[in-house]
Amino acid sequence: MKILVCISNVPDTTSKINFTEGDTKFDTNGVQFVINPNDEFGLTRAMWFKEKQGATVHVANVGGTATEPTIRKALAIGADEAIRVNAEPIDGFYVAQQLAEVVKNGGYDLVIAGRESLDYNGGMVPGMIATLLDMNFVNTCTGLEVDGDTVTATREIDGGKEKISTSLPLVIGGQKGLVQESDLRIPNMRGIMMARKKALTVIEPIAVTAATTDVSFDKPAAKGAVKLIDADNIDELINLLHNEAKAI
Amino acid sequence: MKPDLFEAPDYYNIDDLLSEEHKLVRDAARQWVKRDVSPIIEEYAQKAEFPKQIISGLAEIGAFGPYIPEEYGGAGLDQISYGLIMQEIERGDSGVRSTASVQSSLVMYPIYTYGTEEQRKKYLPKLASGEFMGSFGLTEPNHGSNPSGMETKYKDMGDHYLLNGAKLWISNSPFCDIAVVWAKNEDGRIHGLIVERGMEGFSTPETHNKWSLRASATGELIFDNVKIPKENLLPNKSGLGAPLGCLDSARYGIAWGAIGAAMDCYDTALRYAKERIQFGKPIGAYQLQQKKLAEMITEITKAQLLVLRLGQLKNQGKATTAQISMAKRNNVDMALTIAREARQVLGAMGITGEYSIMRHMMNLESVITYEGTHDIHLLITGMDITGLNAFK
Repeated sequence: MKILVCISNVPDTTSKINFTEGDTKFDTNGVQFVINPNDEFGLTRAMWFKEKQGATVHVANVGGTATEPTIRKALAIGADEAIRVNAEPIDGFYVAQQLAEVVKNGGYDLVIAGRESLDYNGGMVPGMIATLLDMNFVNTCTGLEVDGDTVTATREIDGGKEKISTSLPLVIGGQKGLVQESDLRIPNMRGIMMARKKALTVIEPIAVTAATTDVSFDKPAAKGAVKLIDADNIDELINLLHNEAKAI
Repeated sequence: MKPDLFEAPDYYNIDDLLSEEHKLVRDAARQWVKRDVSPIIEEYAQKAEFPKQIISGLAEIGAFGPYIPEEYGGAGLDQISYGLIMQEIERGDSGVRSTASVQSSLVMYPIYTYGTEEQRKKYLPKLASGEFMGSFGLTEPNHGSNPSGMETKYKDMGDHYLLNGAKLWISNSPFCDIAVVWAKNEDGRIHGLIVERGMEGFSTPETHNKWSLRASATGELIFDNVKIPKENLLPNKSGLGAPLGCLDSARYGIAWGAIGAAMDCYDTALRYAKERIQFGKPIGAYQLQQKKLAEMITEITKAQLLVLRLGQLKNQGKATTAQISMAKRNNVDMALTIAREARQVLGAMGITGEYSIMRHMMNLESVITYEGTHDIHLLITGMDITGLNAFK
């Protein structure tokens, strides 16, 4: 089985978010980037397929040279090879088209992408890849077993779980549940040393246009001052909620 | 203990001066400390026990001989990577970093640098994997700052050497599988010998009731007519310069390590100062607390730049003993001062095991004394700049 894990390079969750150029660009200054957590759950599950079922695992990312540390970490965790599509990930459709090209040329049986990336939360890329390549698709996937070409997948649905039987080739939008947080791996020294020698192939993007353009970003409004109302003074609370906050 | 919320300060964007691999190595060590050291270390320090279960993890993150070539089980990394690993481990605890320092710089380094090919192949891979743990015997009860006065000696008995003497304040001694021991031959010349656990007459009693490095095992090495096979002598260097060469490597690691302890104290104090409300606002809004925090980050930043430059020199084989002394002395003192100031920021909470500060502070009292005391390092700098020896 040949697996492609799509890796998004996203700011660490503790990063302070700012914008530049008139609030049109994300300010990367001082920001630490990590493997998108939903992708990391998928990568860790892919490592399981590699170790238990002899799968080959490649990772792919659409991004500039600045994303290579994140890709190298995926190699240090155990992926066999990496591909970087040398382009800025403008929007979900642009990224999906680039990744679909990688999938088509690489002949992958299983494509694992996070159900959404932690930066822009689009949640579109895995579904678009499946559509572009006419592959089966399971979104919000929390469990995955493969036996030959037969796949049993579990997905999260409102208030419960859904178990699906499908077949390869398949794209999943993965998330926590594929593995647990405690299963996530820290690259060990042997892995880091081996990652030096693994191929990180840079390919140029195919000529496609993005469907959207970012106009501007707004940060959430700063938290306002808190007014504390004595528990005995319900009338005042109602008055403020009605006349000042206009919430009731 | 509180959850480990550590966020590493990098006020001068020093990360931009590190390579991709430096950061990968550093971040792996950082993640490992958060996952495997922080949750347990306070408990082990309180009960004065070394957490042996972390040995395999230390080996996996490359803490044992990271700069030893790959063919001997090391990682073949540069000196800056070694420093960053030490920084991250000491961010967790100086005692754990001490274990790693001893293994790398005081056991693997002399075997690699002064040993035979057979000794390298026999010991280094097992030391790198943590299957063997090592200790280093130089200090004696009557000879600390003046190791050349050592009394431990060995005699050539024809087919073996006979070793007698005692070493004190030895990290890892109670559980070490091998010890690199420095002793004088019959001509009074200092040589290194590899002593293995199980050799008759070799014992390693533990030193109890320490108030410092409580999560690290410290003890003695006692040699009572121990027969040492001749092939266990390190042949390629003798004289005091041989053990001092090991100390250069270890002191270099300590100069980085101390920054880790300082960062942890600063980060804890900064977070606390922003959350703790007194007189209606966070204590971080008061000038006296801001002075403490501003001075801390200034000193940490200076220390980071100092070791980065020292690491570049060491990578080029140009770092001198005196340059390493300066960094060790400065950075450990910096860390100890920050630990004490950070403790003040936390008030009474700072003395509890809920926070790491008091543990770091007590640990650093050892770190400022071992591997050349705070005072002795001044004399090394003094001699270097004046050309005059003030040791005796």
